[in-house]
Amino acid sequence: MKNIPLAALIGLFFTGLFFLMALFAPLIAPYGMAEVVGDVWEPSSSEFLLGTDSIGRDLLTRLIYGGRTTIFIATMATLLSFTLGSILGFFAAVSGGWVDQAISRFVDLIMSIPSLIFALVVLSVMPTTTTILILLMGLLDSTRVYRLARAVAVDITVMDYVEAARLRGEKIGWIIFRETLPNALSPLVAEMGLRFIFAVLFISTLSFLGLGVQPPMADWGGIVKENKEGINYGIQAALYPAYAIAILCISINLVADWILHRTTSLKGGRG
Amino acid sequence: MSEAPSDTPLLKVRGLKIGATVYPTGERPRPIEIVHGIDFDLAPGKVLGLIGESGAGKSTIGLAAMAYGRGGVEITGGEVTVNGRDILKSGLRDVRKLRGGEVTYVSQSAAASFNPAKRIMEQVTEAAIFQNKFSKKEAEERAVDLFRKLGLPDPENIGSRYPHQVSGGQLQRCMTALALCPQPDLVVFDEPTTALDVTTQIDVLAAIKEAIRDTGVAALYITHDLAVVAQVSDHIMVLQQGTMVEYGTTDQIINDPQEEYTQALVSVRSIKHIEKEPTDTPLLRVENITARYRGTDFDVLKGINVELHPGQTLAIVGESGSGKSTLARVITGLLPPSDGTITFDGRTLSPDLSTRSLEDLRELQMIYQMADTAMNPRQTVGTIIGRPLEFYFGLRGKAKQTRIQELLDEIELGEGFQDRYPAELSGGQKQRVCIARALAAKPKLIICDEVTSALDPLVADGILKLLLKLQKIEDVSFLFITHDLATVKAIADSIAVMFQGEVVRYGPKSQVLSPPFDAYTDLLLSSVPEMKIGWLEEVIEHRRMESAGN
Repeated sequence: MKNIPLAALIGLFFTGLFFLMALFAPLIAPYGMAEVVGDVWEPSSSEFLLGTDSIGRDLLTRLIYGGRTTIFIATMATLLSFTLGSILGFFAAVSGGWVDQAISRFVDLIMSIPSLIFALVVLSVMPTTTTILILLMGLLDSTRVYRLARAVAVDITVMDYVEAARLRGEKIGWIIFRETLPNALSPLVAEMGLRFIFAVLFISTLSFLGLGVQPPMADWGGIVKENKEGINYGIQAALYPAYAIAILCISINLVADWILHRTTSLKGGRG
Repeated sequence: MSEAPSDTPLLKVRGLKIGATVYPTGERPRPIEIVHGIDFDLAPGKVLGLIGESGAGKSTIGLAAMAYGRGGVEITGGEVTVNGRDILKSGLRDVRKLRGGEVTYVSQSAAASFNPAKRIMEQVTEAAIFQNKFSKKEAEERAVDLFRKLGLPDPENIGSRYPHQVSGGQLQRCMTALALCPQPDLVVFDEPTTALDVTTQIDVLAAIKEAIRDTGVAALYITHDLAVVAQVSDHIMVLQQGTMVEYGTTDQIINDPQEEYTQALVSVRSIKHIEKEPTDTPLLRVENITARYRGTDFDVLKGINVELHPGQTLAIVGESGSGKSTLARVITGLLPPSDGTITFDGRTLSPDLSTRSLEDLRELQMIYQMADTAMNPRQTVGTIIGRPLEFYFGLRGKAKQTRIQELLDEIELGEGFQDRYPAELSGGQKQRVCIARALAAKPKLIICDEVTSALDPLVADGILKLLLKLQKIEDVSFLFITHDLATVKAIADSIAVMFQGEVVRYGPKSQVLSPPFDAYTDLLLSSVPEMKIGWLEEVIEHRRMESAGN
């Protein structure tokens, strides 16, 4: 862990900062989440560091709480999509034959529907709760993870050491978790960084359209939506969550790049 | 060391040092030296053989004659003079004139070196035209002439084919034509016949030798096979880990090697193995096996019948594509046969792997050609060897540790290997770990699929000796698949020669290897290079007389 490159350090710092802020939001935030504390769109001052929002709530507080919601939903959705997508992908690759065909074609079917439209349709009939959002995003994203996991695993399952395990009579669980997974981890981790970012963008989009996180709960897409009128009057309020999203994206990818670099060795030795 | 006698050497190498950068995981990259100061001269029209094991630096030295360092390799010191000019000090423009003009290169894998999207003629003449040595028309005439000299079929038209439309041996000859087309002074041959079957190798070798003689070109001939280099070169330089071990005329190196290392190389495969008598009941009986791959309408195996007796070795010999590896897949159950039965230890084996009992799986183990891909790079040696112990015998904790160490001792590796990863082992050590993994299951039969062909001769020798020793201790049978007849002579009790999916000759070793031979076995046996000067001419002459007699 000694030779961490500068880029990765920066990435680690900001990622850590965001996650800590999300965890300890109630302790850090200067005001209550839905507390109206001032006038509409007050400029930044010592009292309100980033000013206030469209109905007079402290914007910094909203951003911190919004980050908590957005990061929580995105993290859970990414974890769900990775667990489901990679296990199904490995299972398909290791089984081969009609099992592989059946799962792959079903995934193709889901992927052929644009995911935003799919989500809008589902959300218009389902109640918009955090659980539903996480499930929906996780399931939709797992199709992408499935594709990658299957592609990586297909290359691994033709290796002699997998054949040796089959000849030994190993069960499919051992082949998936002990032979395939450790060798597929690098590309999956890199993809995880990217997928997390897409999840952040996706939940923000939904909230911006009013189908995601419901008020008064804060989330970054919702803050943009609430304050978008302010842009006409030169009020920056709607831009702060955008900055937050951008910084989170970049720092997470810096970390993912570094992990990928560390674990990918041509010799396949200790990562 | 004796200097090559020459007045004006074409190629003069003095104090050549070559370095590279290594990237150990978890450490800072550091430079290492891989060639430590090599001197030699090469006179016009002469052939120098560079020989050594992998990692000896022979290819690197060969490429240095073109002022080129492959990958991260860098020439760090010394002089390389071609035709009186120090090419290491020349500018890029001069080096461009040199490469493909004065010095050309023939690589090991022609299939990987030709551009599959372009016709052969275009690629063969490219360098000659680019260097302004010949016009397009002249270059093409020259190419056809070379195709004829190299014995390619239909020399006028073969150039209009694409690389995939000719065989591997033919493509290798096309590559030689490519190298000779610009009329170079020096050709670097980098293992040109290593990837070919023995029966193809002999033709390519003869063609290369004739072309060198006819065109009067000088050559650096790089190979790990001393018997091959003895056929084509005037002088031989033996390399080990980037330093010169011995230099001399071919005659001296082969017949009177001075250094211990050279002596070991010359006398490699000196294992004597006394053939065992067949017993009453065979361990493995393959009856009438016919098999084809799914989705094809071609039988890869046609009615195979062989037997293997307990504690003995059956060698399956043949060229690539003869179906010998497919036979292994059928026996292990990876490819269920379309017809025939396999009897193992008195019981009939289920054709499909998934329906075999754990006992059947345990008693039949396999060792692969590429130890690199046969071991999971993310598992330690302890896990790799320990898994069969845990899986078949339920060994855990201390008992497992003790047994792993016993196995490691048996394969002559000793302490301190349990926690290593495969990447931290040498090629020979990797193959030993694979042997230990197979032994861990206490099998009755081990299928060895070309287990020594990816290894250097001395290392391969060690592996074969180990296998023979283990056979005595554990009383295990080997089904030994190989294309290398020297290996077969060293360890087999009985031999099956395969050709195009059929067993053309089968019996005890002494019987299979003594005349009268059938045509194919004769061809196969006579194609194996012998460590004897003039062997190539003898064989070619012998074949010519035979065909004239028919």
